[in-house]
Amino acid sequence: MASIDTPSPSARSGSGERNILARLWYEKETRGVILQILTVVLLFAFIAYITLNAIANLALLGKTFSFDFLSEPSHYDINQTLIEYTSKSTHFRAGLVGILNTLLVAICGIILATILGFILGVLRLSPNWLVSKMVYCFVEFTRNVPVLLHILLIHGFVVHMLPKPRAAQEWANLADLVFFTNRGVFAPMPLLGDRFSWVATAFLVAVVGSFIFARWAKKHQAATGQHLPVVLINLGAIAALPALAYLLAGSPVGWDIPALKGFNFRGGFVIRPEFLALWLALSLYTSAFIAEIVRAGIEAVSKGQWEASSALGVSRGRTLSLIIIPQAMRVIVPPLTSQYLNLTKNSSLAIAIGYMDIVATVGGITLMQTGKEMETMIIVILFYLGVSLFISAIMNWYNNRIKLVER
Amino acid sequence: MSDATISQSYEPGTHPDLPPPLLERGLIFWVRKNLLSSWYNVTLTILGVWFLWTIVPPLYDWMFADAVVNAEDRTECQSLGDGACWAFIHERFKIFIYGFYPEPERWRAILAFGLMFVALGPLLFDNFPYRGKAMLFSLAYPFIAAWLLLGGLGLTPVGTDQFGGMLLNVIVGVTGIAFSLPIGIVLALGRASELPAVRIICVTFIEFIRGVPLITLLFVASTMLSYFLPPGTSFDLLMRVLIMVTLFASGYMAEVVRGGLQAIPRGQFEAADSMGLKYWQSMRRIVLPQALKISIPGIVNTFIGLFKDTTLVIVIGLLDMLGMGRASLADAKWAGLSSEVYISIAVFFFICCFSMSRYSLYLESKLETEHKS
Amino acid sequence: MKRIVLGATAALAMMATAANAGTLDDVKARGELICIVNSGFVGFASTDASGKWQGYDIDYCKATAAAVLGDAGKIKYKPATGKTRFTILNSGEGDVLWRNTTWTFVRDVDVKLAFQGVNYYDGQGFMVPKKLGVKSAKELDGASVCIQTGTTTELNLADFFRVNKMKYEPVPTENNEESRTNLLAGRCDVYTTDASGLAATRATFKDPENYVILPEIISKEPLGPVTRHGDDNWSDIIRWVKNALVAAEELGITQANVATMAKGTDNPEINRLLGAEGNLGGMLGLEKDWAVRAIAAVGNYGEIFERNIGTKTKIGLERGLNALWTKGGLQYTPPFR
Repeated sequence: MASIDTPSPSARSGSGERNILARLWYEKETRGVILQILTVVLLFAFIAYITLNAIANLALLGKTFSFDFLSEPSHYDINQTLIEYTSKSTHFRAGLVGILNTLLVAICGIILATILGFILGVLRLSPNWLVSKMVYCFVEFTRNVPVLLHILLIHGFVVHMLPKPRAAQEWANLADLVFFTNRGVFAPMPLLGDRFSWVATAFLVAVVGSFIFARWAKKHQAATGQHLPVVLINLGAIAALPALAYLLAGSPVGWDIPALKGFNFRGGFVIRPEFLALWLALSLYTSAFIAEIVRAGIEAVSKGQWEASSALGVSRGRTLSLIIIPQAMRVIVPPLTSQYLNLTKNSSLAIAIGYMDIVATVGGITLMQTGKEMETMIIVILFYLGVSLFISAIMNWYNNRIKLVER
Repeated sequence: MSDATISQSYEPGTHPDLPPPLLERGLIFWVRKNLLSSWYNVTLTILGVWFLWTIVPPLYDWMFADAVVNAEDRTECQSLGDGACWAFIHERFKIFIYGFYPEPERWRAILAFGLMFVALGPLLFDNFPYRGKAMLFSLAYPFIAAWLLLGGLGLTPVGTDQFGGMLLNVIVGVTGIAFSLPIGIVLALGRASELPAVRIICVTFIEFIRGVPLITLLFVASTMLSYFLPPGTSFDLLMRVLIMVTLFASGYMAEVVRGGLQAIPRGQFEAADSMGLKYWQSMRRIVLPQALKISIPGIVNTFIGLFKDTTLVIVIGLLDMLGMGRASLADAKWAGLSSEVYISIAVFFFICCFSMSRYSLYLESKLETEHKS
Repeated sequence: MKRIVLGATAALAMMATAANAGTLDDVKARGELICIVNSGFVGFASTDASGKWQGYDIDYCKATAAAVLGDAGKIKYKPATGKTRFTILNSGEGDVLWRNTTWTFVRDVDVKLAFQGVNYYDGQGFMVPKKLGVKSAKELDGASVCIQTGTTTELNLADFFRVNKMKYEPVPTENNEESRTNLLAGRCDVYTTDASGLAATRATFKDPENYVILPEIISKEPLGPVTRHGDDNWSDIIRWVKNALVAAEELGITQANVATMAKGTDNPEINRLLGAEGNLGGMLGLEKDWAVRAIAAVGNYGEIFERNIGTKTKIGLERGLNALWTKGGLQYTPPFR
């Protein structure tokens, strides 16, 4: 052991008493190789060990490892299904329903959290003292309380404070079209007629046209310095063209209006309290973090940019949208990505309130009814890993794209 | 004699400072500048005031003015006031804190909690008296705390199934962070390693942990882990949860430490190499002390996140503070008081996490000045 | 670093306790029975304000501990949800599951559990607020239904509504408490679980008279104790402890008179059961007076029933199917011989 103190070059020069192994050890490259082989061997030994244990344990309990149960009927019902599903459908389909429910709440959450977060982040920097402090209080309270508590609090609020369906009929409705009940929010659902394709086409035309117009306006501005109200014109076109088509086609949309029948409202479009609570809680919680990220990002843009912009007479709003936020985005995007990931992962807390996401369907009821702990947990884990990798990949791509602008 | 004052002349730079004009100072100026500087500012102020006006007074009434602190059950609460029924929290307070930890042994939990701060002292403050020796105590602390809490060797043994309430949150949080730090450091070094196999393993592990929600890991701990142990063996659920939480936290810790490592200038590594220091020597004496110091705010933030996440243990049936709260709601005497329970637990977490985040901000600003000087 | 990791692994391995080989030996060595119970179900298993467990299933845990260890107090209760109970049992964290668990084919054969008889014959029912005016479960088309997820009731419910061509919205929760909260808040119109569970839940309401249990019983729910597959000796003990309590009621042995009867009576079956004749306990690997200790701890089947869930309690359940076979019920025990 004392020989360790000898520096390696002298060992390499090779006095005959050292054996070949010791010499290999002092060679930096070979030592690296040896270390790596050792690590890999240890890792594989460990994996083999736990696999053998698992096989032995399964044999002891008389269980088999197979995914055959996925093709068997699930026998349970799910309250929120984006695709057709009955209790006769397979466990695989139940898993699919769960996956779609997870994705639904994650995507809705990401959208709302981003909007709220940017608004809060900008308001936090507002020169208005009162608003800035209010946002500060909200952000600090929201992000320092566990997200599970947010979910439970909001769920409790929805279930206990909103009226039951019959009472909602009386007072918690908007023009007898939208009803707020503790069974969910019921709203009219559009029933699309044949000629609805006219409206859809008009919408598409408007969107494509807006893109072309925006590009042209940019060129125009670069060439002449004239600034056109692009956003206003485009928004107007996108609203007006489909509306025109709608009228020309003779109002091809019918409405399925919810009505109280028996125990519940029937018909229409429903947002269940479990979804509502999960969605709002995840969005609020994440928006507090995004607000801080946005604030930090904006503050990272040097003050000179603000001053230069106001010296040129650009308004505060335009400074933000054209000068500050584009630069801040580079600072904002990486932490924003991890917030999106966190939101998606936090959506697994759905089981606390009975929202049927993948953890509740495959990882919950299916696990329980079939006793396939290992298989179902593997499915759940793989799903989350897949989503994480996907979001990271998209954000990396976006990050690289906005980085290219940097010179 | 106003003329005289006006005509009085001063040498440049000797004029006494005059007070600013009335409109540029004092309360009125502050209000004008901060609340009413432009038309949209005025609108925001009005909206803000309206919002506060609709939210704060009812909330205040509910939480304080109309609240009931002493009552026997919910019916009595309702007869005494329309506000919050804190009497429930009052009655259950000890269960929220200690869970089912036996009454006569609770001093051990308090002692272990108190000693934690003694153990943290030398780690957090450079000028702690006898820091070197105190560090030894910090190292021994986890074992002392485990002995105090679990008993044995002269103390009455307490089963882990009796741990609960805030005690459980603190145990899970502190254990997770304490043990994840060394693992996180190793993972971060492994990720930065020149050996591809080591790097790949570390990256895979870190990305796996960070890609999966904590509750699935907890489910694995509660349902799957015993399949991977030799047949016929199993160990305590709390122990399994602690292991999973530690692994989870170490994935995040590794990224925090990696950030610290990346902030160390290349020259430091090269200087250490040129001094002839070996890898571990240069890491231990040169790189890590600097990297960890930079990482402290990140470590505190990881701890805040982890501490909040300790509430998730309820999904596998451990009764932490939130779990105890929910279990207490089953009592027919108090049924329906979920808001009171959730809000008091939320306030508890807010106080803990907010003060820790303040501390981390303070550290950040301290570190910043140190770098500049 | 590697050495530290190895050291830690070794330490962990030492902390792991050997289990499974023979549950009886483990329990005796441990000096404590680990009983898996419901995490909160008034009348069957619940804690009082001081955290002490009580209820029907709890009494069975006590009887088991008394028979095996001679002390009804040496029990560690492991509360489990509908979802976690089987994993806790199969992973060896608990010795026996006394948690209103339905005996079904799949659980017995495919999930590899060993059911040891039936200590409560139950069936799934529905409970609704009186003011809904519902008289039959067939009128529940379109209702929101609270259920506990991961139970057989979830499957029965799906079958019942499909067969009757009715629609419903399932509102799943993790435990009885959350379903109860949901029902009280009006999140659902009707709560479905085992009829005993409905009665127990209703007993905790402030206004139990405003809720009715509908006449339909849509399933058979034989509830009983569960052990792990493959430990026959331990399974025998659980099965015969349960049987001994029924036999005690048949033979008129009560908590009060068991001590005198144990000294010997004219009835040879009583003598065999209580160990005055033969050595049935020894065959199980227990002491001779195993049954005496169990009965002395909690009383006979009827006493357990009446004390925890009978008509004189808040739960107020009739014996019904759970009366002795001699009184028109299903409770019956093979002979002690």
